Amino acid sequence: MRISSRGLGRWAHRHAQWLFPAPAVLLVAVIIVYPIFYTGWMSLQEWFASSLTAPHFIGLANYRKIAIADARFREAVGRTIYFTIVAVGAETILGLAMALLFNREFWGRGLLRTLAILPMVATPTAIGLVFVMMYHPSLGVANYLLSVVGLSPWRWTYSSQTALYALALVDVWQWTPLIMLIALAGLASLPREPYEAAHLDGASTLRAFWHITLPLLRPALVVAVLFRAIDALKTFDIIFVMTQGGPANASETINILLFNQAFSYFNMGYASSMAVALFAVVMGASLILIKVRRSVTW
Amino acid sequence: MVRGSRHPWLSTAGFYGLAGLFMLPTVFVFYWMITLSLKPQVEAMAYPPSFVRFSVTAAGYREVFTKYPFFLYTWNSLVVAAGCTALGLAVGLPAAYSIARWRQQRLAVVILVARIIPGIAYLIPWYIFFRRLRMVDTYGALILTHLIVGLPIIIWVMISFFEDVPADLEDAALIDGCSYFGAFWRIALPLVKPGVMATAILSFVFSWNNFLFSVILAGRSTRTLPIAVYTMISYEEINWSTLAAAATLITLPVLLVALLAQRHIVSGLTFGAVKQ
Repeated sequence: MRISSRGLGRWAHRHAQWLFPAPAVLLVAVIIVYPIFYTGWMSLQEWFASSLTAPHFIGLANYRKIAIADARFREAVGRTIYFTIVAVGAETILGLAMALLFNREFWGRGLLRTLAILPMVATPTAIGLVFVMMYHPSLGVANYLLSVVGLSPWRWTYSSQTALYALALVDVWQWTPLIMLIALAGLASLPREPYEAAHLDGASTLRAFWHITLPLLRPALVVAVLFRAIDALKTFDIIFVMTQGGPANASETINILLFNQAFSYFNMGYASSMAVALFAVVMGASLILIKVRRSVTW
Repeated sequence: MVRGSRHPWLSTAGFYGLAGLFMLPTVFVFYWMITLSLKPQVEAMAYPPSFVRFSVTAAGYREVFTKYPFFLYTWNSLVVAAGCTALGLAVGLPAAYSIARWRQQRLAVVILVARIIPGIAYLIPWYIFFRRLRMVDTYGALILTHLIVGLPIIIWVMISFFEDVPADLEDAALIDGCSYFGAFWRIALPLVKPGVMATAILSFVFSWNNFLFSVILAGRSTRTLPIAVYTMISYEEINWSTLAAAATLITLPVLLVALLAQRHIVSGLTFGAVKQ
């Protein structure tokens, strides 16, 4: 008995580097890898989960449909990318501006950090709910604030012209602090010598920013932007809670369209092919991220 | 940091003015949510809204608990978030340790990909499986699925913590006849305790906030707080102070918990993209 347990111990010792990650690998395989392949397989089938008919294999027909025939899907793709560009663009400009402002010693630095993380961890559905009330066209505080500064009221999520921007604004509110914090960390690690040289050469602050700060900060900024872009492409909670894609599809992103195809119409095969397409879009963005990360030394 | 003082391109008053302006939206939304939850119904829907002078009442909160099974929802959220975090730590800590110690880069990338894949891509197969296994509306299904959000964060943040543990310490223990598991359990783990706390909090927060998986896989008896809010919204005639009370009740615990781990939140959100 003793000998065999010692033998087991030796075996475990020799294979420790596989035994340690084994439970995680097993879990990842069951909850991640298998479903991914299953989604890929389902995307080649036609199947309505609500009906009694079994799934049947239709090859690439679903993909042909989303690529050529389905205008609604194409519009959703464009909308998703547009939403991402608008939201992440605003977050980057605002976040960078804030980081430059806060890149100094000042009373209240700790408080700033604390306040900055609050929107990022707040429950998105709760935040969505609060913004639904703020955006109310006649009773909402957003229009009241506009009236205070002398602007005419907007219809926010209630008009198809503004819905996507109103939703992007929530994303900006929630995630600008992330870009600011990453940019602040990047600024803190900048070397001092180039600035001293520039100062001796009589360069202006603006020129120093343009020619020194921005290039040196670019790696950190690129990573921050790509992280945000990957998550913005997948935005679901805020949009689903606030508009469910409306009004009149004005805020229907791939995620929302896909969710409705799968769980309102139970069109599982077709929804799976959209999932694969969305996966491809996000994966493309991520590959860039991984490449950029590797090419940059911190 | 020195730059600001060397180039005082902005006076102190101007700086605090601008700083206040930038931080105003963040503060305002939370302030508005909390004050709204404390107002009586009539004042909550009054226009123009009152920001400072209003009567305070707990009616909104009372209604949340009397009209809806909010205790059940809170309990469900707690069970799922705690279960997901416990399971995530149990399998994630040894994995992160092994990735850091044996430099298993490929495994690390697979975990990263799991974080990148749109959650909705998992949802269709899960829905089909869990329905077949009759696991829809069980804690098990929710805990397993929420792991997708928690596990990558736990593993990736912990890799950098374990990398900082000096290898000499473990080697000495191994030479003294300690097993790898002993070295992990008695040497490395106590040294990364602060990191474990921070990642546990992060994983808890993300599971608590999760909406997408629960909206499909939770049922009447396992509905979590974000789903509860969503179903409240769908009722037409609803009191704003009740909605704000519900939003506050969901958000406040997460905010408090996050403050404990605030130093690590950013690295957790970005997987340490920028090492600080």
